[in-house]
Amino acid sequence: MLNELDFSAIIVTIKLAIVSTSILILIGTPIAWWLSQTKFKFKAVFEAIIALPLILPPTVLGFYLLITLGSNGPIGKLLESLGGSSIAFTFTGLVVGSVIYSMPFVVQPLQNSFSSVGRKPLEVAATLGASKIDRFFSVAVPLSRSGFITAAVLGFAHTVGEFGVVLMIGGNIPGETGVVSIAIYDHVEAMEYGQAHWLAGGLLATSFLMLLFVYIINRHFSIMRSKD
Amino acid sequence: MIECKIKVQLESFMLDANFSIPDRGITVVFGPSGSGKTTLLRAIAGLEKSDKGFLKIGDSVWQKGEDFLATHKRQIGYVFQDAALFDHLDVKGNLNFVIKRAIGLKEDFIESIHNLLEIKTLLNRKTTQLSGGERQRVAIARALLTNPKILLLDEPLSALDLKRKNEILPYLDSIHNDLEIPILYVTHSQDEMSRLADHLLLIEDGNIVGSGPVNDMLTRFDMPLSHGGDAVSIIEAEVLKRDSEFNLMHLDFLGGQFIVPDNSFPVQTKVRIRVVARDVSLTKSKQVDTSILNIFPAMVQEIVNEGEAQVMVRLQIKETILLACITRKSSYKLRLEKGSEVFVQVKSVAILS
Repeated sequence: MLNELDFSAIIVTIKLAIVSTSILILIGTPIAWWLSQTKFKFKAVFEAIIALPLILPPTVLGFYLLITLGSNGPIGKLLESLGGSSIAFTFTGLVVGSVIYSMPFVVQPLQNSFSSVGRKPLEVAATLGASKIDRFFSVAVPLSRSGFITAAVLGFAHTVGEFGVVLMIGGNIPGETGVVSIAIYDHVEAMEYGQAHWLAGGLLATSFLMLLFVYIINRHFSIMRSKD
Repeated sequence: MIECKIKVQLESFMLDANFSIPDRGITVVFGPSGSGKTTLLRAIAGLEKSDKGFLKIGDSVWQKGEDFLATHKRQIGYVFQDAALFDHLDVKGNLNFVIKRAIGLKEDFIESIHNLLEIKTLLNRKTTQLSGGERQRVAIARALLTNPKILLLDEPLSALDLKRKNEILPYLDSIHNDLEIPILYVTHSQDEMSRLADHLLLIEDGNIVGSGPVNDMLTRFDMPLSHGGDAVSIIEAEVLKRDSEFNLMHLDFLGGQFIVPDNSFPVQTKVRIRVVARDVSLTKSKQVDTSILNIFPAMVQEIVNEGEAQVMVRLQIKETILLACITRKSSYKLRLEKGSEVFVQVKSVAILS
């Protein structure tokens, strides 16, 4: 059965996923909105940068993060000069890595659903006296409900499932940066297949249920739309 | 007055609109598809930007030089072709959206709009449960609740079938009669134009080609509408009395009385009469042994050739102007010229309201 370290890994994982997803929605929403509205010439460059984690080996991302965040890296030095300490091998470092790594999973569904809202409802809202920011919250956001749900679930699930980035910048400190995906790896290394089964099966089931939820929600919304 | 002098450059189209129209009644923006009618409406709403220009509605200035007031700060009511209700809100939610944001909205005005468009029974419905006509009614109510300085209607009936159109038209009449909001109404339908317009703004290829009271615009020979088979005149009249013996009614206009089949309008109802130019014939002497009831003495104002075989004659019956389309041969035989005294025989008319 699971030991104390496993439980702490589960707790760290859930905490990491919740914090990262919240930050991702906060940062990803304005980025996705901007990408969906802008006619900026080099928009594709930004889209490519955000999509990078989709194809980049996580170790590459983790490596660069380690270099930048570590005490010799630019951000590490900046933090130390401000009286702080390097965030490599800390929970904060893990959050930074997760946010970057899961960004496309949040930005892309949001951008798609903002784009599918179209210009019309926003123009209608403008003629009804709603300012730009008002239009965003009163029209664009409610009309993009399914996009937000998809973004949050995918961001959460992808953060739970990450391995490479965590391995590079996390350091597997119990209770701080030790997450489930690494715990599974450790159990397998130590030939503790029973515990690995419990954790792996748990992740499999949770991931499946979350994806199932996303597909049901999207189906529900698309049926609602086709009734119009 | 509504004064407008704006230029909007779109990808492959340029709108150059320079006009002034009265700030009361219905002004119909009339022109073929692609002539820039919708662009004009969007520009007035601030949805298309004019880099320079001038736009004044009554006493509010919305653009002066480069100072451009954003759409949400303009007190406009905009009704889109497809109603464009928010489907994430129910009918009540759609109306509250604007009530929350409107400027200077009074409780009894809200009440009167609800009554005017008979919206109360629809309030708790989802927008997806409304018929096309009901959607448009809610859209019009929502637009009016902005407490607008001007109501902009972009082909509001074009997506509706004839039955639904006739359902909505009386509501437009009551807005016209009960509220003092000027209306700019875009359409390419001659039926809607002749039924609703007080004033006509003709637009072609992005330019305003004419602006004036509707019957002037229909009968002036320098205006495109006074030519061709569709040429009509519009006469304002009032039901004077009803003849129950023959089931007819007498319509009083500035020029005489039309006698038409009774369609049970009460006495004093204001009606519009549309006379197709081809349904009007002319005689030199007053015919007595004829089946035609509507015969008026008139004077020829102007004659122009319509193709090889026909001429269009503009006639004056006291204070009313009427077009007649006759053959060139008849005109020659009757020796018609400017100032000729004739009798106008109107074979049939359409009653528009």
